[in-house]
Amino acid sequence: MWRDTLLVAGKDLRIEARSRVALSQVAPFGIVALVLFAFALGPDRALMATGAPGLFWVAVLFCTVQAVQRSVSVESADGARDGLRLSGLDPAGLFLGKTVAVAAQLVVLEALLAVGVVLLYGARIDVPWLIVVSCALGTVGLAATGTLYGALSAGLRVRETLLPFLLLPIVAPVLLAGTRIWQAAMAGGTPADGTQWLRLLVIFDAVYVALGIVVYGPIQETA
Amino acid sequence: MAPATPSSSAISLHDAVALSGRFPLLTGVDLEVADGESVLVEGPNGAGKTSLLRVCAGLVSLASGRVAVLGLDPVRRRAQLRRRVGLLSHASHLYDDLTVRENVRFAVRAAGAGTHRIDPACERMGLTGRLLKTPASKLSAGQRRRVALSVLVARWPELWMLDEPHAGLDASARTILDELIGEATAGGVTVLIASHESALVEPLVTRAVTVTGGRVTAERRTGASRAPLGRQAATASGPTPTEASGGPGGAPGAAPRVDGEVAHVA
Repeated sequence: MWRDTLLVAGKDLRIEARSRVALSQVAPFGIVALVLFAFALGPDRALMATGAPGLFWVAVLFCTVQAVQRSVSVESADGARDGLRLSGLDPAGLFLGKTVAVAAQLVVLEALLAVGVVLLYGARIDVPWLIVVSCALGTVGLAATGTLYGALSAGLRVRETLLPFLLLPIVAPVLLAGTRIWQAAMAGGTPADGTQWLRLLVIFDAVYVALGIVVYGPIQETA
Repeated sequence: MAPATPSSSAISLHDAVALSGRFPLLTGVDLEVADGESVLVEGPNGAGKTSLLRVCAGLVSLASGRVAVLGLDPVRRRAQLRRRVGLLSHASHLYDDLTVRENVRFAVRAAGAGTHRIDPACERMGLTGRLLKTPASKLSAGQRRRVALSVLVARWPELWMLDEPHAGLDASARTILDELIGEATAGGVTVLIASHESALVEPLVTRAVTVTGGRVTAERRTGASRAPLGRQAATASGPTPTEASGGPGGAPGAAPRVDGEVAHVA
């Protein structure tokens, strides 16, 4: 399983390194979303700083949808998905490999968005480790659910519109917990509150990673 | 309970019915292909040739009937089966952003095969020099087909399923392909070729079955003097799968038809 995980993750990341879709399209999309949020909130810096945690995670969710769409579309061209099925790859390894590749892209995107939030919204972070841990856990959950629901929609002609509809409600706990943790980590927050929400992210990750390992194979064969 | 598949049978389909939604793909296929046999599946467009291959590869499940490939259920034992079979389909299964060599390497490693045959396989298919470092997006349809064939050659699985293998290939590639099929059958590999270009494929195979309306409606012997090793071994060691199962057109214990005449089995 681990061999297949590395093989698939390496393949997806090599494709991303060549195409640079995440950096040239998804990242600018996320930054533009942050700028538009700033326009919508107006010039009130205090209001923007207060809303920064939620806006950061909403932008991350939008970027997740884009990254997962890309991960699915890579397998849709030239029958590549059938090629993967025919190869005999371990479905769990395939799921984990694609999850790792999406997660790696999200980490880069989140770093850029975090810088954007600090610069655009004037957000002050007092407990950086809490931010780092929340992003790490949130990334795992988003990548796992995205890969799983991406596979569900992969065989459908309406996948581009169906995926956000399926995925965004499911990842609401990540938005909620991530926002609360960021609020706790920012100036004036209570770090102890953040650790409570970290547990929710851990549980979310465990559930969806385990679910993906178990059901990705059957989904891939039937979707 | 389904009877055990004879060990000498590479492919065994009994009253196989497959659906896509409510659309029938196969409507009751009976087919036995012995180990080492090379068989042409011919028929008009939409007859069910591709569906037959996809069922054998486990990409399509049966709605009813039975199928065993290399003695395995293609759906329940797909993990074990898929690394032993190779399907050359209409699509080349290539990633546009990867180079030719990266595509072949990934496909071969994903199938669990050794990577030492990649370079010879690519060279055999005329993929050398700068072409190996060319992204798949820059390749012509024929070149993409050559890459897909390189994967098959590098893997060299026990069962080759080739769907319109000559399509898109130039004359030299067709010659190489024909040589490869000859080498494979001589080495005991079972080859199932779906094609409507019968004249091209008939010299390469020992039997042709006609699929019409999702079922096998006729079969005939072709190139009978070129019986492959696997077929000879199966005949020498016991009954052929067709004899054992009373398969297409035959009762249990009946001798296989080798007279080259068309036999209607529907």
